[in-house]
Formats: sequence, C-alpha cells, structure tokens
Amino acid sequence: MAVEKFQLSPARSWSAPQLLGSARRLVRTHAFRLAVLYFLVFAASVLGVLLFVYWTSANFVERQTEATLDAEITGLAEQYAQRGLSGLIQIVAARSAGDRGDPMVYLVIDPDGKALVGNIAAWPSGVPTRSGWLSFGLERNVSGHSETHPARGRLFAIPGGYRLLVARDISDATAFRGEVRSTLLWAGLIALCIGLVGGTVMSRNMLRRVEQVNRTSERVMTGDLSDRVPVHGTSDEFDQLAANLNRMLDQIERLMTAMREVTDDVAHDLKTPLSRMRSRLERALTDPSGGCGQSEAIRAAIEEADRLLATFNALLSIAELESGALADQSELLDLSEVARSAAELYEPVAEERGFVLVVVAEPGVTVRGDRHLLSQALTNLLDNALKYAGGGEVAIRVFSRDGQALLEVADRGPGIPEADREAVLDRFVRLEPSRTTPGNGLGLSLVRAIVRRHNGSVLLQDNEPGLQVQLRFTVLAS
Amino acid sequence: MHLAQMKILVVEDDRETAAYLAKGLNESGYTVDCAKDGREGLFLASSGDYNAMILDRMLPNIDGLAVLGALRTADIGTPALILSALGSVDDRVKGLRAGGDDYLVKPFAFSELLARLEALLRRGAGPATETRLRVADLELDLLTRTVKRHGKSIEVLPREFRLLEYLMRNAGHVVTRTMLLEHVWDYHFDPQTNVIDVHVSRLRQKIDKSFDRPLLHTVRGAGYCLRAPE
Repeated sequence: MAVEKFQLSPARSWSAPQLLGSARRLVRTHAFRLAVLYFLVFAASVLGVLLFVYWTSANFVERQTEATLDAEITGLAEQYAQRGLSGLIQIVAARSAGDRGDPMVYLVIDPDGKALVGNIAAWPSGVPTRSGWLSFGLERNVSGHSETHPARGRLFAIPGGYRLLVARDISDATAFRGEVRSTLLWAGLIALCIGLVGGTVMSRNMLRRVEQVNRTSERVMTGDLSDRVPVHGTSDEFDQLAANLNRMLDQIERLMTAMREVTDDVAHDLKTPLSRMRSRLERALTDPSGGCGQSEAIRAAIEEADRLLATFNALLSIAELESGALADQSELLDLSEVARSAAELYEPVAEERGFVLVVVAEPGVTVRGDRHLLSQALTNLLDNALKYAGGGEVAIRVFSRDGQALLEVADRGPGIPEADREAVLDRFVRLEPSRTTPGNGLGLSLVRAIVRRHNGSVLLQDNEPGLQVQLRFTVLAS
Repeated sequence: MHLAQMKILVVEDDRETAAYLAKGLNESGYTVDCAKDGREGLFLASSGDYNAMILDRMLPNIDGLAVLGALRTADIGTPALILSALGSVDDRVKGLRAGGDDYLVKPFAFSELLARLEALLRRGAGPATETRLRVADLELDLLTRTVKRHGKSIEVLPREFRLLEYLMRNAGHVVTRTMLLEHVWDYHFDPQTNVIDVHVSRLRQKIDKSFDRPLLHTVRGAGYCLRAPE
C-alpha cells in the first residue's frame, strides 16, 4: 500500500532487506540528495580553508628561518670584509662556543674539506660542497644519544678555497608543521562529521515534513476530507506549503459539501413539480373528452417544464459562479452607472405597481467586475423588492465607506426577521410556507454567488421598516 | 429575396432537435441543410453559401465556438445564431464575443428562434447607413434624434428612442422581449419582472394614442411587432 512507502518508523525492528530497501528509498529522496550536495560543498570549503591555513603557517616558519639565516650571513660577511679570514674564524669560534641548544650551525672548512672551526665536528656526510642553499640531515647529540635533525643552510665560498656553512636546525619548524597538520586534520574531521550529522538531521527533518504532507494527501484521497497537514508555527516554507494545502483542502471540502447540499435540494425541490407535471399529463392522456382539456394540460406541462428548466439554469449559473470556473470578464465599473441603468429599466414597472424607485449614487464608486453579472445581481434584488414589498419607496444607493464600495437596495416592505436573514441566501429557501408567489428560491443565492465571485459579501439589514440588502465590495487601491 | 432561396445551415448534434428545427424552418419557407457535428458544420459553412447558420455550442469533434472562430478567421461572415444549453450571462457574452451574432438558450420557443433568425437575415441585407427610418407615417431621424408621426413631432426619452429604432429596423417582424433586452438594454439575462411590457406600453402611448391606426402590436405569446397598417 502506498501509505507504507514513506513510513520510516524507528520503533520497527529492521531486517536486513528492510534496511537495504529503506536505504534505497533514502537515496532516492530529494532531501537526501540535497543533503549530500550540501555536505560536498561544505567539505570542499572546509578543505580549502584548512589547506590555506596550513600553507600560510608552514610558509611563515620557513620564511622566518631564511630571514634569520640571511641576518647571520650578512653579519658574518661584514666581519669578513673588515677583518678578513682570521676575523671570520674568530667570530665563528665565538658563536660556536655558545649553548649547544642553539639551533644555529656554523662551520668553516679549508680547501681540503677539513673543519677549521665551528659547532659541528665535521662536514655533514653525503652533502655536496656546492655554494648556495642546502637541506641536509644533522647528527646531533641530544641528552646522550645521537639524532638526525633536519637542517637548512647556505654554503659560501671564501677566497682561498675556504668555505663557510651557516645553517639552522629546523627540527622545531618541522615539528610545528607536523603539529599544525595534525591539528588541522582533526579539525577538518570534526567539521566534516558535524556536516554529515547536520546534513542527515536536516534531510531527515525535511523528509519528515514532506512525509506529513504525503500522509495527509493519502488520507484525503481515501475520503477523509477533514484531515489537515500539521502546521509547526515556524512560518517557514513548509509551514506556508502546509497552510496553502490546508486552504486548498478547506475549499475542496466546502465545494463538496455545497455539492452534496445542492444534490439534496435538487432532489427535494424538483421532485414536486416533476410529479405534478406527470400527473397532469397522465390525466390528459386518460381524459375521455380529449381535445380542449388535453391541449390545456399540455400547455400547463410546457409551462411547468420551462419553470423547471429555468430553475436548472439558475442552479447551473450559481454552481458555475461558486466553482470559480467563469472566464473573467472584469473591467473597472462605475457602480452608479450599473445602478442607473437598472433603475432606468425598472422605473416604469415600479411606478405602475405603486413603487417609487430612487437612485442615490455617489459618483466615482468603482469596482473591478463583470457588468453583466453585477447588473443581474442588482435586478434580482429589484425583482424581489417589487415582488415582496407591496409598494412604497425602493431605493438603490451607491456609496463608499471604510474602503468598501457598497451597492444597496432598500424597500419598505415587511422585511425579513433577523433569524432568517442568513438562511434566505441559501438555495431554495423561501420564507412563505405556502409558496404562492412565483419564484424558485434561487434569486438571492445567485446574488450571493455573484457577489462572492467579486470577493464581496451580502448583508441583509433592517430598513426600519423594510429590507435593506447591501452588497459590499472591497475596493482595490488604484 | 424570396424565402425559399434563403439557405439556412443547422449545426446540431442532437438528432431530434435538428429534425425539429429543419421541419419548422422548412414550414416557414427556408431551405435547410443539417450538419451533425462540428467538422461537417465547418465544412459546409466554409462554402459561404448560407444566408445564416444556427450553431449548437456543444458539438462532437469541434466545439461550436471553435467552428465559429475558424469561420470568422477565414473571413466568412455568415450571420450565426448560437444555440446552447448553457444559459448563464457569462456563456452568452462569451458566445457573442467569439463571433456569434445572436444567442439563444435551450429550451426555446420556436417563435423566438424564428424572430431572431429573421432579424439576423435582415441585418445582413439592409443598408446599415440609413439616417432616417420610416414605417407608414412614423418617422425616426437618427441624426437629429427626433420622432415624428404624421408630421407631428413626438417627444421620446433616449431609451424609448432606441427601443423605437430597434422596432422600426425590424418593422413587420416579431421581436421578442428577450431580443429587446439584449439589443436595447444590453442585458443578457431575463429579469423575473416583466419590465419590457411597461416600456413598450409607454412608447405605444406616445406613438399610437392620438392616432387612428395603431402601429405597435402585441403578438401574444411571442412579443411585439411594429408594422404599417394594411
């Protein structure tokens, strides 16, 4: 089963194939690949930094050795220039007499290669007597036993076949370099371990949150529409994703509920006229007199069918509006124009039926919307006012308040009791129990669907006396 | 042109509706061809031989609006009446924007279809640049926007002027309430209240009341007709 696929429950005891399978799954996950990539980048940068540190510190020690040697050589060269060979030999002898711990090495050899003076006994074996920089092993007696220390120095030819060696025991520098190397190695290893652990933890964490999304989707797919992705409150991308998915699920749930309600309503409200039509037709068929009575029954049946179809059309329009499947034909509309145009159409019929239709419109109240739909909403409200109010003033008002554009139709009829105001917006709700006034109970539902489509709301209020229906639209800052 | 020479193309996939349309139109004197899907409809209509076409919106193979789009792209301007089960305002407007000349929602009364079809055929034929319309002794001047009957000037409101203009352009033919709503008010839906009747009766008061012979007639169950007395 698909649900099993992403479960990495630690409580389970693992067998070898399971482990292998879970490892394979882990490798396939995006989180793992991302973690590996991060780890590689991290490792490369750590390596780079360590190499740089090592290279600069080693170089620094080497340069220091060479600087010391150069200073010595300059000093000796000055002595030689002033006092000649004998002076040089004296100086070397004086310096060689110092502490044996001194890392400096001096040696003057005669043309035969024999040591004349210096702090090492003889020319180090195996080292060519060539002028210039030299690196060689130095036999040194440290606390009773002899050790070979690395040394670096320079050999100078002195006129007369003599040669001067100035060198330095660099065993300390080498040891320092080794120390730096091992320190950096350990630091690098620790950093990489942290990187590896961090990457794994990060990837597991990410994987877990993706898993939560997956698990919720699976549960929703199997029919539990009320399930939601947990939100951790960190407001990171995963929380945003979870919140968005949850909003999507809310919308789906709402649509499903609405659909179920519509199906119930349709079944309930269309059955009556259909059975009425059927019995009428049946009576006509069995009518012994025939002729006139039959055609009357057929005409009535056609009227009934037309009403049913009109109801269906209204339902379809509402469903379409609510599902948001309409092509957007929105434009910037002046609500007062919408109001005036509808008033112009209704004015004669209102007057004939004993109403006074007035328009009070603030100029420049605009909303972005579909003119045809908003006109339809407004005419539905006017239809209702003319149908139920009986007479008196019907006012269409357009104004803006608190950043909202309002379109209002107010009549002086009986109004709607406060308790029923919310309900009348639902499909097929008609407040007359006898249902004598023609209508399908969809007018206000259509109004609400149209207004919601425009991100607005419908508010029913007491007009003291009468009914006041307010359509409120949010006005976008231009 | 004699009616029998008027060729109408009906593109409708429902066999029963197509037969009903063909029969009715034949009885009304038209020559009718039927196409049962979008592809056949497009093929037949491409000839440009028809005076008008009645086009179902939802068709197998090629959708009605796509057929219309293809024809209009090919510069074939045969007036088209879209027939559809989809009746929301949005559907109607979409149909008209796609190049339809008129829109009728199923189910429809045949009289409504006929009235609309005739209006379409007249629109294609009559000169559109007239500045003065005349029915019997009723005169409407589109430039000065004045109405006169029997030489006597009649005051009308702007909307009444447009209502009268539409009736006069379709003089001698039935215009339905829905047609008036669409063409005079640009409302592509039917309000529950019968708003048109009062407008028409007010207009009638102005143009017919003080004259012997009425021009504006109510056709029961269909609509209105402005016509010269026999």
